[in-house]
Formats: sequence, structure tokens, C-alpha cells
Amino acid sequence: MGRRTPLFDLHNRLGARMVDFGGWDMPVHYGSQIEEHHAVRRHAGLFDVSHMCVVDLAGDRVRPFLEHLVANDVGKLRAPGKALYSCLLNEDGGVLDDLIIYYLGETFFRVVVNAGTRDKDLAWIREHAAAFGVAVTERTDLGMLAVQGPAARGLVEGLLPPAPQDPDARAAVMALAPFSGRAIGTWFVARTGYTGEDGFEIILPVAEAEPTWVALNARGVRSCGLGARDTLRLEAGMNLYGNDMSESTHPLESGLAWTVAFEPAGRDFIGRAALETIRRRGDSAKLVGLLLEDRGVLRGHQKVIVPDVGEGEITSGTFSPTLEKSIALARVPKATGDRVQVDIRGKLLAARVVKPPFVRHGKVLVS
Amino acid sequence: MSQIPADLKYAKSHEWVKPLADGTVEMGISDHAQAALGDLVFVEVPSVGRTLAAGEACAVVESVKAASDVYSPIAGTVTAVNAELASAPELINQDPYGGGWMIRMKPVDPRAADALLSASDYEAVLQAG
Repeated sequence: MGRRTPLFDLHNRLGARMVDFGGWDMPVHYGSQIEEHHAVRRHAGLFDVSHMCVVDLAGDRVRPFLEHLVANDVGKLRAPGKALYSCLLNEDGGVLDDLIIYYLGETFFRVVVNAGTRDKDLAWIREHAAAFGVAVTERTDLGMLAVQGPAARGLVEGLLPPAPQDPDARAAVMALAPFSGRAIGTWFVARTGYTGEDGFEIILPVAEAEPTWVALNARGVRSCGLGARDTLRLEAGMNLYGNDMSESTHPLESGLAWTVAFEPAGRDFIGRAALETIRRRGDSAKLVGLLLEDRGVLRGHQKVIVPDVGEGEITSGTFSPTLEKSIALARVPKATGDRVQVDIRGKLLAARVVKPPFVRHGKVLVS
Repeated sequence: MSQIPADLKYAKSHEWVKPLADGTVEMGISDHAQAALGDLVFVEVPSVGRTLAAGEACAVVESVKAASDVYSPIAGTVTAVNAELASAPELINQDPYGGGWMIRMKPVDPRAADALLSASDYEAVLQAG
């Protein structure tokens, strides 16, 4: 038996098919993964992401600590509520995890890390926090819901909790800019997600997770499982930790160079020296999007053949419900052009190299 | 609860077999199998004329999530495949024992299907998990 989120019993009552995900018993779908996918692209869907780990960091030196800990630069975070996506690297530049950092105040930052890497991340963060006197608190008292889709924010509005001490909170939440968040009463609401659609991620007390889910269902927000979450994020060109990057790959070959802040040059983050050497060599592989032109389904670990150049590998592949074609992310040699072949069960099928995202805000961006 | 028609024969690997009047057999995957796989998006069937051994992987069904092999429950030669599955793999989800049939074959042993599981035997397999 795996770990359970506060919504485990509700998922079963809703008829979810449960699977193991990183040691957690999670819903993969509630009937039709494809219909759940379309609900998010066209209206609104609801995901239980309580398996992800909320970690609060507090202390006078929390900013210098994060400047050292992560590859992106928290110096970019100046307005309270602003979020930053970053990799957590080891000394070799390998990716320990990807995470989101929320700047809540000069002495208080919140990070959200992946479920499967939770224990490893916490140990790593605690080990490095000690020298900065930063308190690290794992918030097991909180659950997390993602409400995603073009109608999502409007459907959440009427359910926002009261905040009598903070009369502007409701308007401020509805006016949040993309990639920022705010507290409202017992909730923390951020305009973030993993689907390529507009929406909110809501961090809330465990006891409020189920009634909020039920209320959103009643408003027409469809329950969605991890299956749809995966096809949505892949269409949106977003990496999945463990598939598209890991401890044995670095951000520069994982489509994540944009998340590594080499400036300012004096910032000494973990993995910097290794990444600078790799960058000077300049021969890293690259992560690209693939669109299968033949019939079939691209899957992780299938071999990519780049004529006259070499070979690569698919890191994530699926059938795209929006494009009704198979799409993938693949790590290929730097010199790869716009056409490759993929070995699917011994047959070589033609695929085109495209720049992700494949779909964003309901619109197909590749052809 | 999944449907298990009483007039078909089954394999533990979740295929069904239906003997036809002309001595060939039709096969596909069970309702339980299609439900477990979820929405199917691609089906690969063998070419007509291919000879199959009993238990040989002969087709692939792919859901959004994963690819799964389909095994021939009996030995024989493929005489027809369901061409509609190429453009409509969801037929297997919608009608696994009818419009979602996959392969017709001429068995090496005309009585081979008799040795497969009955509907009640297959139901017991499912209940045993």
C-alpha cells in the first residue's frame, strides 16, 4: 500500500482507477483520460496534487540560502507572491529535482517539490540550510489542488474562503498575474499549473480539500487524473522529472537552459562550476519536440535515429488528444535537423522535429 | 463489473476467441482488458497470412498511457484483420466482443478453442485478481 493523499477515499468513491505514482496511490483517471484532457483544454478540470510536498523556509538568511541552493536566481523575485521555476542541482550539474519557489517575504519563502523526490529533497535542503540558519518545515498539514482550464479561475472565485482581516484579498486573488500567488484566509492561491492552460493551484488545510473538491465538481469542474495531467503537460512542452531530466542529465541538455541564471557571475550556486565547464565545451545534446508523421505512439526510451548525425532517445511520449497524433520530447545530438526516425518495435517511423510547446491555451502551435 | 459473454472462450491473458461457422475463429480482447487499458488510441494487427504459435505476441494495443501486447490464444494462420481499427481503435473500448474484434484465423487444430477457459473459468480468474 502506498502513501495516500487527504482525497484518497473521495477518489475511490468517484470511481477512480488508482495507480502507484512515486510511492503514492493516485488516481490515473475517473473513466476516460481523453475526456478529462479535453475538459481542461475546453472548460475546467481538477487535479489532486497533494502528493507534492510543500516546504516552508524561514529565517533572516533565506534569500542568500536560496541563491546558493538553486540554479535559477531568486534575485528575480522582488514582488511578494512572485513565483520562480528552478532546478535543484547536485555538484555535477545533475538535476536532483525541479521545483517552484514562492517569495512570500524577506524571511519567508515557500517551495513545492515533486512527490517521488520528496525525501531526497528534504534531506538535501536541510543539509544545506543549516549553515544559513534557515528553518525547514514540511507542511504535511496542507493539501494541494490544481484547477485548470479557460473557465477555471471564474469557477474558483465563489469558493474563495473568507478573509475578514484582508478585505482586498478576493479582488487581489482574481487579479493575480500569471506565475504569482497570494494568501487568502486559510488558502494560498497561485496562478500556476502544469497544463498549458490558465488556472489556479490552491494550497489549503487538509480538512478543506474534500469539501472544496466536491464544491468544484458541483460547479462543473471535472475530476481529472494523472493520466490527463501527463498528456496535458506534454502538449504544453513541460518537462517531467525522472523522464525528461534526472540526476544523470543536466539542464542544458534538458531544454532548461532558460532556468539557469549564470548572471550575476558572482552567484555561487550548487552545480555552477560543472555547468560552466559543460557550457564552454558547447557540445551538449538538446531536448526537442517530435511529431510522429506515421501512425503509432511514441513512448519513453524509444531510440531516435538522426541520419548522418547519430542517435538519441525519447524521454516522454504519448498520443496527443488535442492533435490526435503522437508527440514526444526527445534528447538528440546537437546537430539534429528537422527530420528523424523513431524505432518503434523494430520499424523505423518518420517524425518531425518541432519546438515545444505543442499546445498552449487551447491552440495548436505546431503543424 | 465487466461483461463476459457465455458463448465465448477466453485466455488468462485476457483475449477472447469465438469459433465461427466456416471453421475459422475470431479473437479480440476482453471487456475487462479494455477497461484496464483505458482509452485506446492505436492498434497494430498482424498481416494476413502470418502463422501464429499459441501464446505468441501477435498484436499491440496502445492506450494513451502504455502499449500492451496481445497474445494469440491458439496456433493458426491469420485469414483476416479488422481494418476499421486503424482509424477507430476506440471500437475496442466501445464494443470489445463485436465491432472491436481484432483477428480471424484458421486454427491448426480445429478443436483448439475447446481447451481454453469457459466464461465462468475466466470470471474466476478475474476474481482471483
